[in-house]
Amino acid sequence: MAMTLITTNTSDGSASSDFTSSIDSTYKLYIFKMYNVNPATDSTHLKFQANAASQSGYNETITSTLFWAYHKEDNSGTPALAYVAGYDQAQGTSYHILSDGIGNDSDASLAGELYLFNPSNTTYVKHFQATTQIYGSGDQSINIFSAGYFNTTAAIDDIQFKMDSGNMDGVIKMYGVS
Amino acid sequence: MPLGAFKAALMGTAGVSTGDVVLISSQTADDDATISFTSLPDYGELIFRFYTMQPATDEAEFVFQASLDNSSYNVAVTSTFFTAGHTESDSSTHFEYRPSFDEAQGTGFQNLTENTGSAADECCAGELHLFGNASTTYAKQFYATTNTYTADVYSRNMFIGGYFNNADDITAVQFKFSSGNINAGTIKLWGVK
Repeated sequence: MAMTLITTNTSDGSASSDFTSSIDSTYKLYIFKMYNVNPATDSTHLKFQANAASQSGYNETITSTLFWAYHKEDNSGTPALAYVAGYDQAQGTSYHILSDGIGNDSDASLAGELYLFNPSNTTYVKHFQATTQIYGSGDQSINIFSAGYFNTTAAIDDIQFKMDSGNMDGVIKMYGVS
Repeated sequence: MPLGAFKAALMGTAGVSTGDVVLISSQTADDDATISFTSLPDYGELIFRFYTMQPATDEAEFVFQASLDNSSYNVAVTSTFFTAGHTESDSSTHFEYRPSFDEAQGTGFQNLTENTGSAADECCAGELHLFGNASTTYAKQFYATTNTYTADVYSRNMFIGGYFNNADDITAVQFKFSSGNINAGTIKLWGVK
């Protein structure tokens, strides 16, 4: 497996991180790596959506799952492994949530990766899966696992990441895997 | 593909790139107390892959910690740990959070496995992702997935996530077992450009 860096987006107080070229039939797997993603607004979620070829708007139909493991720095509460029903979608067209609320302290951030499978295929739905790890706004470690599919047979050629509200800092890199 | 390139793709050779992922170092244990990767380079992401790690002592946990000075492995960690398990005899399964294997600002070594066996064919394997080790701004996020052949004959799949709660750069990472030496095993360190 060789992984090739295609695009690096560095956000510095940006509203979104957009990948609008080079998602095509060259690769059957695209990996987005997220480093030091820090929101301007406290307790906001990183999320993403897709736009199909020749269409407009980041609003593809998604069915998805999300679960996490959670533990606070002060050991208060009960560390938990839980499915988070409020963060999944059932044929929704909203952005897919990739995290819980990230802290905006100077040292808080998100890191992780998102796999997007065969986005140029025009027969099947498009699967994705993500693992992220965050320093949460409540001073907790949260390891988040989410997956789903874009329920469209149209090719997907644009991906956008953004926060629930406010701008963000951080680096997101897109790789192709051959 | 030349034979050398094919071997590198399969096994990894230090300094050889497979696309934009570079093999930085490979270390093989032979009844050693620890495996340490020091003077870590600056990549957005470091991936440690460990193969057939076998403890000399039965019922040991494979663990790791980070250092800010290439010497002392004691950075504060907050983390999570959950596991799925299944016995060979099909007598038991579990899927649960393990509160005794996580950390809340602890400076001990973070567990990566539970109850790894030391019999001849028993071992653990997996991978650890460490993000932004050279940052002097952010806490350092990590996550790992491992699988182990346990001393009580489970296949146990473990999922670990957390952060080193220090804005200083991490210069080294050390792996060991919670008790006894590392009888055998190889750990490879990859950098993602």
